[in-house]
Amino acid sequence: MQRSGNAGPAVNSRPVIVNDRWCKGCDICVVFCPKKVLERPEGGKAQVVRGEDCTRCGICEMMCPDFAITLVPAGDKMESRFGRLGGNADA
Amino acid sequence: MAKPITYYLRKDKMPHIWCEGCGHGIVLGAVLRAIDSLELDKNNVCVVSGIGCASRAPGYLDFDTLHTTHGRALAFATGIKMMKPKLNVIVLAGDGDLAAIGGNHLIHAARRNINLTTVCFNNSIYGMTSGQYSPMTPTGKMATTAPYGHIEEPFDLCDLVFAAGASFVGRGATYHARPLSRLIAKAISTDGFAFVEAISQCPTYFGRRNKMRNALAMLDWQKEHAVTTKAASKLSPEELADKFVIGELGTRTRPEYTKRYEDIIAAAAKETDDNV
Repeated sequence: MQRSGNAGPAVNSRPVIVNDRWCKGCDICVVFCPKKVLERPEGGKAQVVRGEDCTRCGICEMMCPDFAITLVPAGDKMESRFGRLGGNADA
Repeated sequence: MAKPITYYLRKDKMPHIWCEGCGHGIVLGAVLRAIDSLELDKNNVCVVSGIGCASRAPGYLDFDTLHTTHGRALAFATGIKMMKPKLNVIVLAGDGDLAAIGGNHLIHAARRNINLTTVCFNNSIYGMTSGQYSPMTPTGKMATTAPYGHIEEPFDLCDLVFAAGASFVGRGATYHARPLSRLIAKAISTDGFAFVEAISQCPTYFGRRNKMRNALAMLDWQKEHAVTTKAASKLSPEELADKFVIGELGTRTRPEYTKRYEDIIAAAAKETDDNV
């Protein structure tokens, strides 16, 4: 399995997880995020760059046409849903 | 959302085949959030589709699903509903599948008022076959088969389906994904034929030919041209000419088809019993 570049320890400062395998790089999440939490390098996939600014409004998750974004509820340690590494273990 | 959206997906079939920025994924997400908000049991949901880009949707869903012949999704769905009236049967189809090839099935399902939920993924084009015009392509827009601009008027599908006798019709757009999801939830809860037209974007074949470079430009177009039912009631027909109205467009209470059928079975059984 390809390891997500965004995977990391499951911590609350990572409010949004992007699944690199499903993201097609359409930039909808990057433009719609009211806090500019996400960015996408040229030719790459969306990345969380300002996770601390995220208000968990959920617009990115709702507008992602590829089901590639998962919003982590506040206080969720993610271990139960995504395993200890936080990435998309089930994807 | 109570459950992560991946709970409803066949994860081994992902990523899906839709192009980058295609609105169909957003509409499908809205359908799944509606199902989640109603807390429907996965085993009581059956999703049916025909042929086309939108009709690939059930392949990614972890329900009982049926991918049928072109335009005939409603015919198969009617059969399922008649056999298992307790199932929540949801039809996902594109604008070509529903309005052109399956046009007769659509109006007659609405006329019977059978308890199905139909979501039309309207991207105004036949995307899968490289961008021919469909009955929903707006006048003047470019398509592979309309290189100088389309000369026909599109259907107003919501008006058509409501006039045919549906219990619920509404229109949403991918830009307004959350209201779209609420609209679909209402449609699923309706006892009778419920129809939701979801305005979607096809950046690959519609956008690029019509001076909208990518999905973001097409979503901007939706933002500028969508008018809620409340705002539309204050606008003149001239002001509404190039706009589309979103929200609940019509509801009515009419006898539902499978219930009528159960009644007739009961009546016939009683008559037989009386004669014995």
